[in-house]
Amino acid sequence: MALIDLANPSRFLSLAERVLPWLIGITIIAFAIGLQQTAGAPDDYQQGATVKIMFIHVPSAWLGMFGWTLMSIAAFGTLVWRHPLADVTAKAAAPIGAAFTFLCLVTGSLWGRPMWGTYWVWDARLTSVLILFLMYLGVIALWRTVDDPSRAARAAAVLTLVGAINLPIIKFSVDWWNTLHQPASVIRLGGSTIDATILIPLLVMAGAFTLLFVTLLIAAMRNEILRRRVRTLMLMQAQAAPGSAS
Amino acid sequence: MTALRALFIRDLRLAVRVGGGGGIGVLFFLIVVVLMPFAVGPDLGLLGRIGPAILWLGALLASLLTLDRLLAADHEDGSLDLILMSETPLELAIAVKALAHWLVTGLPLAVAAPLLGLFMNLDGRAGAAVALTLLVGTPALTFIGLIGAALAVALRRGGLLLAVLVLPLTVPVLIFGVAASNAAVVGPLPFGTPFTILCALTLVSVVVGTFAAAAALRQGME
Repeated sequence: MALIDLANPSRFLSLAERVLPWLIGITIIAFAIGLQQTAGAPDDYQQGATVKIMFIHVPSAWLGMFGWTLMSIAAFGTLVWRHPLADVTAKAAAPIGAAFTFLCLVTGSLWGRPMWGTYWVWDARLTSVLILFLMYLGVIALWRTVDDPSRAARAAAVLTLVGAINLPIIKFSVDWWNTLHQPASVIRLGGSTIDATILIPLLVMAGAFTLLFVTLLIAAMRNEILRRRVRTLMLMQAQAAPGSAS
Repeated sequence: MTALRALFIRDLRLAVRVGGGGGIGVLFFLIVVVLMPFAVGPDLGLLGRIGPAILWLGALLASLLTLDRLLAADHEDGSLDLILMSETPLELAIAVKALAHWLVTGLPLAVAAPLLGLFMNLDGRAGAAVALTLLVGTPALTFIGLIGAALAVALRRGGLLLAVLVLPLTVPVLIFGVAASNAAVVGPLPFGTPFTILCALTLVSVVVGTFAAAAALRQGME
């Protein structure tokens, strides 16, 4: 029942208006707790303070993948049910997911410089995240190049689902490729089991990042719905204008 | 069945008579391979080591170049609309079109590979291995490209967007194609393992590419 109610963009808008202030508040509180916990977490005995990069890096990586999962579910909704909100979700999630993936790459690179001595290695994990990022950019490019939103939505949905099938294959093949070329120096981020003093702040930060993702997503969806309304109004105005062609 | 055969023969005939498809692709392949020694230097040992990778990359780019013709020409003259409206399932029709396209553009690349391998200081065995992997791998490139071509037609945009959408999806094919070629040249891994995975990737691409492209066309052309 709730899902059917949400199908109506107007209902979604009114719900978003009510929920957003709360979400923003909770996100800020979660980040405050997370940052405080992070500051209290002990330094790694080998990595020193740089281990704190993990508290941004790992949640970003999770959300980068979560974004594509969400887009795939939305793509399914677009193709099967022609759900108008599914289009909006997929479009709004793409830049946010791309941003988190980018954040993951940048923080990982900054972490890699002191730890591995280089900003970038062609490690399996890095490479597959980079390709995920490239595919995000492809989907965003697709959304950008087409004027008609519903046409773009269906094309992007097909591409997203193909990507969802391909990403595990890419991950798997890149793993294989990596073991071929550098068998001894496989870099492991979380080799040992993580101690609770680090795990708990990490989970809190992951929760805070997820809240941030959801907040940004709902705000972006609201903006997208409003943008479409403005577009429709402008189209109607242009049609009604005297002396217009056709 | 007769409709599919007619479509197949029509596509082959068009490709041969209009020209510019497979021939240009092979020419582009040749030029990419020739450019490579200018970039990395004429060291024969080095070229022999990276030769399979260069041939694969050249073939990938060449097959990308010809994708524009796969559906766009039919869309322009209206025959794609007829194919969409006909009783033959769209999936079968575009699979046949992609097969004809591969025969004209993909197969010549595989045939040309051993010859171009000579430029890369590959011996006969290595050249044959690259040609064999290309023979098996280029259908995957064509059918993955089919998705891009269908999206480009449905959106009435092509060119650079098509390349941006298609290239990331071809990563596994490239990895296993080069891995199998290298395994045949230097070892230590057996040739069979990556080669069978390459075959599997091709089969998966044929299925996924056909259905995804048909979905994109149906959604985009209405």
